[in-house]
Amino acid sequence: MAEQASPESPVWNRPLPDDPELAAQVREIREKHLLQDARPPGEVAEKVLGPMARLGRVFWLAFVVLGGLTATWLVTWAYQAYQGMGVTGLNRTIMWAPYIVNFVYFIGIGHAGTFISAALRVLKFDWRAPISRAAESLTVFALLVAFTMPLIHMGRVWKFYWMLPFPNQRQLWPNPRSPIFWDMTAIFTYLTCSMLFMYLGILPDIATAREKSSGWRKRLYTVLALGWRGTDREWKHLDTTLNIFSYGIIPVMFSVHTVVSWDFAMTLQPGWNSTIFGPYFVVGALYSGVGAVIIIMAILRKALHLEYFLRDEHFNAMGKFLLILSFTWVYFYFNDYLLPWYHKEPILTVIFRLFTSGWAAPLWFTMLIANILVPWATLWSRKVRSSIPALVGVALLVQVGMYIERYLIVAVMLGYPELPFNWSVYIPRLPEILITLGVFAFVVLGITVLSRLVPIIPIWEVVEGQLLQGTRRIGRAIFPAKPEAD
Amino acid sequence: MSELETRLLDRGPSAAAAPKTELPSHKWTMLIDLDKCTGCNACVVACHVENNVPIRSEREVIRGHGQHWIRIERYWEGEGDAQRATFLPMLCQQCSNAPCEPVCPVYASVHSERENLNLQVYNRCVGTRFCGNNCPYRARQFNWFAPQFEGPITEMLNPDVTVRSGGVMEKCTFCVQRIRRVEEDALVEGRPLRDGEMVPACAQTCPTSAIVFGDRSDPQSQVAQRLGGQREFQVLEHLGTAPNVYYLKAGGSDGGAG
Repeated sequence: MAEQASPESPVWNRPLPDDPELAAQVREIREKHLLQDARPPGEVAEKVLGPMARLGRVFWLAFVVLGGLTATWLVTWAYQAYQGMGVTGLNRTIMWAPYIVNFVYFIGIGHAGTFISAALRVLKFDWRAPISRAAESLTVFALLVAFTMPLIHMGRVWKFYWMLPFPNQRQLWPNPRSPIFWDMTAIFTYLTCSMLFMYLGILPDIATAREKSSGWRKRLYTVLALGWRGTDREWKHLDTTLNIFSYGIIPVMFSVHTVVSWDFAMTLQPGWNSTIFGPYFVVGALYSGVGAVIIIMAILRKALHLEYFLRDEHFNAMGKFLLILSFTWVYFYFNDYLLPWYHKEPILTVIFRLFTSGWAAPLWFTMLIANILVPWATLWSRKVRSSIPALVGVALLVQVGMYIERYLIVAVMLGYPELPFNWSVYIPRLPEILITLGVFAFVVLGITVLSRLVPIIPIWEVVEGQLLQGTRRIGRAIFPAKPEAD
Repeated sequence: MSELETRLLDRGPSAAAAPKTELPSHKWTMLIDLDKCTGCNACVVACHVENNVPIRSEREVIRGHGQHWIRIERYWEGEGDAQRATFLPMLCQQCSNAPCEPVCPVYASVHSERENLNLQVYNRCVGTRFCGNNCPYRARQFNWFAPQFEGPITEMLNPDVTVRSGGVMEKCTFCVQRIRRVEEDALVEGRPLRDGEMVPACAQTCPTSAIVFGDRSDPQSQVAQRLGGQREFQVLEHLGTAPNVYYLKAGGSDGGAG
């Protein structure tokens, strides 16, 4: 792309109108909207690549702390595998708890990345451009962690490959009737697709980074760029591929959390065998996922000085998105709880009373406050949505709320099977706590390191968006306008 | 060439041609008379001894890691002086429509149609514990740690039963090793199995003979004779698991309910 001002006046060189009133309007539009505030592509690239290469003291501190926690996770896992699952707080009634809670939670936050980068791409929501890659990286690391969770929780993890269909002399195959088999299939498909989708989108930016870096980074990017030159043919292929992936990955995304919910819904456990679990889990996943993306956006904006890219409009849009998802989630939650409350089936009534007035009540009410009360009371206000600390606060609360929701489903409900003799309460012990902390740290560490290795803002998508944007004057007012691209 | 050499050199066809011994099928069924159960726990001890079930420390049992293939569930009824305990011996119900079977990703939990049993393949189990969660009776026991048998107990281990490793699921087998033994004895002697020949450890030990075991498909068996009475019920019958353990309600001379 030519960077010098050409006679046709490229978007980043458009003059302001002579009329001071109109000029003020244009300035305001440019300040508000990233895609209207065009800069030369080289400058845009520098805004991403510059901070990426500067590893400050904060980065190394974060690296050491998060790396330490990740190491703790691995050591604890080794200890648990060596000693036996008995080191956890699990018991003969509650055979699943901490790791499966984490599993559902991380698969959940892995949903937002695809939704933002694929569904919003297909729907041509322009504001998603600078957010998509951060969301995708969250998806990839969350899924990686989620993938380890069922392994960590296995009694004999060294035999995990028996769950995979591999040819063997005894002709033993995994059981296709088991939801775990569906689970592995769905997650593995989703993980593979997400990684490919993310990598495809990164290619042009890696090539840009290759041109503008030196030393080991240059060598790394040369390999990773796969010889991308930016010819028309390459762009056309990339566009087609991304389109196919976008449409293809959306049903995969919906299937994944539905299948995860079937791990529960297909059983006979009271509170679990509910037909609504599929859509309810998908919406819950998006809800916590969008909240997690907001947090990651805020951290990256601060750490990499991305104020140019991540503006009020993006946080505002994500805030609205979070609010809508909160409404949807409540709709399903209400459905799921109205029934036991109404039909008073004995064992479900026991669980319901446990939540409303039993020992689990503090957890349940915390969840309701975090997931419903606070988002509904605050997110309607543009002031809250545009204030990054306030929005991050709400998003953090949503994480707490959604984690508790999964905890209540997996770790609490499971303690109440039909025969009251077996009722039990799960109390976490140190290994689960360390492993849970460690996996959270690993996800943050992964994104931290990745954001220093690859451009975490899709440079080409931002530049492309800016090229397509313009303004239109109607009377004495100027509005952002975008010609239909196709 | 002798016949043996022929067989050794050409195993395929001759192995196929060898006469197959069709084992007869059985509907192994257990009947527990709650009116006779005193909650003495002798069956639990007998089961531990017969099946090499690991004995966990007091601390572990308090943490919910106790492993008993059969346990006496105790429920309290009434208030004050009128309060009384009722007992429900709970073991794997050997469901005909077992919830634990389809969920296992590696086919460690499988069904034997011939014996009407729900089998657990210990060395195939990878320990996902899905079966344990999906068992409404919570009859499945997980080896939270590798089993340790101390001192002279190692001399008492039953050689007919595998000692399971840590991280695998195990459960009541209806003493399948005893079933095999009586079946083979009958085969060798060329006669059908006699009722009462097969007695699992719990039934053998029960001082009040509350546990009756037998083949339901034999109409003359004690189990078949006693089934179908008014006191008969199955635990959580409404779930449709079709258990093969039947219970007889208690309603003893003291007017207690079971």
